[in-house]
Amino acid sequence: MLTYIIRRLIGALAMLIVVSMVTFGIFFVVPQWAGATPEALASRYVGRAATPETVHLVAERLGFYDPVVVQYGRFVKGIFTGAQYDYGAGVEQCPAPCFGYSFISGQPVWPDLVDRMPVTFSLAIGAAILWVLGGVAIGVLSALRRGSFFDRLSMGTALAGVSLPIFFTGMVSLVIFSYGLGWTPPGGAYTPLAENPALWAYDLLLPWITLAFLFAATYARLTRAGMLETMGEDYIRTARAKGLKEREVIVKHGLRAALTPILTLFGIDFGLLIGGAVLTETTYTLPGLGQYAILAIRNQDLPQVMGVVLVAALFVVVASLVVDLLYAVVDPRVRLS
Amino acid sequence: MSFLEVKDLKIHFPTDDGLVKSVDGLTFDLERGKTLGIVGESGSGKSVTSLGILGLHKGGRARISGEIWLDGEELNGASAEHVRGLRGKKMAMIFQDPLSSMHPYYTVGHQIIEAYRIHNDVSKQVARKHAIDMLGRVGIPEPARRVDSYPHEFSGGMRQRAMIAMALSCDPELLIADEPTTALDVTVQAQILDLMVDLQREFNSALIIITHDLGVVAELSDDILVMYGGKCIEYGPADSIFYRPEHPYTWGLLGSMPRLDREPTERLLPIKGSPPSLINVPPGCAFHPRCPYAERTQGKAETEVPALTETEGGHLVRCHMSRDERRGLWENEIKPVLETQ
Amino acid sequence: MTEPNYASEPLLSVQDMEKHFPVTKGLLKRQVGAVKAVDGISFDVFKGETLGLVGESGCGKSTTGRLVTRLLEPTAGKVVFEGQDITHMSQGRLRPLRRDMQMIFQDPYSSLNPRHTVGAIVGAPFRIQGVQTENGIKKAVQDILSLVGLNPEHYNRYPHEFSGGQRQRIGIARTLALKPKLIIADEPVSALDVSIQAQVVNLLEDLQNELDLTYVVIAHDLSVVRHISDRVAVMYLGKIVEIADRKRLYSSPMHPYTNALLSAVPVPDPKARKGRERIRLAGDVPSPLNPPPACRFHTRCWKAQEICKTVEPPLGEVASGHRVACHFPENAVETPAATAAAEQS
Repeated sequence: MLTYIIRRLIGALAMLIVVSMVTFGIFFVVPQWAGATPEALASRYVGRAATPETVHLVAERLGFYDPVVVQYGRFVKGIFTGAQYDYGAGVEQCPAPCFGYSFISGQPVWPDLVDRMPVTFSLAIGAAILWVLGGVAIGVLSALRRGSFFDRLSMGTALAGVSLPIFFTGMVSLVIFSYGLGWTPPGGAYTPLAENPALWAYDLLLPWITLAFLFAATYARLTRAGMLETMGEDYIRTARAKGLKEREVIVKHGLRAALTPILTLFGIDFGLLIGGAVLTETTYTLPGLGQYAILAIRNQDLPQVMGVVLVAALFVVVASLVVDLLYAVVDPRVRLS
Repeated sequence: MSFLEVKDLKIHFPTDDGLVKSVDGLTFDLERGKTLGIVGESGSGKSVTSLGILGLHKGGRARISGEIWLDGEELNGASAEHVRGLRGKKMAMIFQDPLSSMHPYYTVGHQIIEAYRIHNDVSKQVARKHAIDMLGRVGIPEPARRVDSYPHEFSGGMRQRAMIAMALSCDPELLIADEPTTALDVTVQAQILDLMVDLQREFNSALIIITHDLGVVAELSDDILVMYGGKCIEYGPADSIFYRPEHPYTWGLLGSMPRLDREPTERLLPIKGSPPSLINVPPGCAFHPRCPYAERTQGKAETEVPALTETEGGHLVRCHMSRDERRGLWENEIKPVLETQ
Repeated sequence: MTEPNYASEPLLSVQDMEKHFPVTKGLLKRQVGAVKAVDGISFDVFKGETLGLVGESGCGKSTTGRLVTRLLEPTAGKVVFEGQDITHMSQGRLRPLRRDMQMIFQDPYSSLNPRHTVGAIVGAPFRIQGVQTENGIKKAVQDILSLVGLNPEHYNRYPHEFSGGQRQRIGIARTLALKPKLIIADEPVSALDVSIQAQVVNLLEDLQNELDLTYVVIAHDLSVVRHISDRVAVMYLGKIVEIADRKRLYSSPMHPYTNALLSAVPVPDPKARKGRERIRLAGDVPSPLNPPPACRFHTRCWKAQEICKTVEPPLGEVASGHRVACHFPENAVETPAATAAAEQS
């Protein structure tokens, strides 16, 4: 079991290193291949008014003339130990974890990311609770009443949920519930949980439902398929032959086994989502990581992009690691191998 | 009245391709302490019968008719909830594949404890003691330690022992074993069969053993019921069935088996063709397309379902041929070929 | 019936063949042991005979079949087919030999591609091996179909349109396409209904006589093996513990394990159960990952002595053609009466 954990940890670490290299490669090296000179990069920091000499000097001090490997090493070192940036006009101290400074605002990236995490977390956790409970419940009921009106209705709705993009469902629900009926606040509202829990939930209600609708559809279909399969297993027949009540047969024996693959999917989905629910945040103009990523890309603010991509990758890797470990808890057969 | 009486049991499944008559008018009875062997090939309806007695088809699409009397109580007309209460307590079942029949995520002990606590209002500690006790009684070494093992940590034989422990945990009076040793090695099969005989003696339960293996049936049964195409085609005391079988299908089964207790024959005597699918049971006598004697019935075999008639004390046969004709064939044609060579 | 020719060179000769599957552990996948699936077995198969290979699960009988046909490569030892050492032969060089050596599998459901017609399945060997046939592949395939008792007009049907027994016939037809010399049949009838088993057993016997085939039949069912085999080898945990012609093996088995196996088979005779003294073996077969030392059967053997735990008994010839690996064999003292009885039967 310990080897299993260690092996997974090593795998996760390797994954992060690969992601950071690829991202670094794309955002720092590729522009240079495309003709962007170190001076062009440096001019982002010193402004357009600076003389070519100043720009050249800054580029040199920031290490833009160094080989790629050295630049990458410096970047990684910055994440762990912090870094010093010499712009010629004095040395900036960037404490660990340092992802550099924004081209646009000149602010360090990391504090911005930290500011935005609670928004995305709130959105993802609330939606996840809704979609897991809703999706699994609908899936189980559909499986048990296979072919019934309820089954057809919910699977039809699920198909719609899977195929309709968030910006569509989001816009439609904004139009109906916010602008039309006035039940929910319009986009852009966010109140921190610590400030006012009721308002926090009220502001996020519509984004939660929109996001959960998309995922619940997938989970309902998956649960239904899983339940149909497990309810045909021999051990279900055994449970019934013991005289177990049907509800316990379904929950303790059927659902327990059917949930295992759903756990895997959930880990990946949730990991991706806390790295930034891009579409939902954009549709509802919520100041989360997803919106940050969109802005960073639109502004070609490379340090910001690096930061948000790496943080998102970390979340995905950690989530799938947690799922792998949970898997061993859920399925005793995994523990052996 | 016998302890278990099944009267004209029919279990039919409507499907898109037509009505599947898995069990079509089955009648038999069984006393406490006695064993009934139900023999048949795949699709004969033997497994559906066992699940039907336990009421496990109820609530599904199956159409069930007939009567099932267990200890003076009719089960087919009883409420599903009442039958559920009897399941596991008064009647229990052992299945063919002990690996797939146990839940992979729960320990063996957990599954036995669950079975015991459904019908007994006791604490988990008491149930756990009982589970350990049961595991010990079915011959699992170190039961106090093995109670916390998962099914996949057991060998095949151990798993089947654990299944038996689970089935017997509430002292059932009727035990149905569906191919209990088919998935096991022959030396382990012998252990399990011995164990079942010992436990039946100890618990004085009625035992139904369902199998395709005539050897297993001969080993355990007092009575034997041979099924073909959803119907009983021959039923009677074990000695009568083995030494004076009267149905051509039973002869065919005996001729198909290579036997260790006889000198090897040059050739086996198989039945031609394949067992029918239950969706398309041949009209008249279901066996007639494979029966070498079908033409002796002057066409009756193809049109008329033969009645199940008594040929001697408790020995019933479903065949159009007359008793004398069947006995003549057995004595003069079949038996000499099977026994000599 | 063709008589096996024991005087000539064996068609297949297996010498000290081993197959160890490595077991790895820890971070670096260090090898910590090996599953000794087959652990040093030797036997010969002569032209025209049927050798039965019996044993319980985990004894290595199926692995042996795969090693002999080189679906697996042996870890050690030698496999000689028609005088050619094929132990480590490359797949390319094995290809022409595959025509002479075919395999029949247990499961008639999963070993046939459901998307191919019977004609394509049975005709595939011709195409793969690039064999020219006189009247075209279709005619050749139809001839084989009627040979195994299938309707040649069913050439264009798919496997799911056939019953289990017919599917096994299709499997057999496929192996026969290139007129092999040796057929390894791994549990050829165990997935079939009783009445169908007998049909397939008879078919295998008829084909052997007609086509002069040599069989190695791997099965767990002792009665089927006795019926079909000329000689029988009993395996236990990767070793052959006893090998003899079938009459000797079944009438005077010497290894305690063979005795236990034979007495464990239920007999379809209700009276026999009362009179018979059954040998009850304790426990299950030990894991081949960690087999008991010396004689592997000693943990379950009622005759085991100290020597059984320390010295491995060799597979020695105790009587003509009867070899047994046991320090204390049963039926060892040859009485003229016993031999006579064995010969008479």
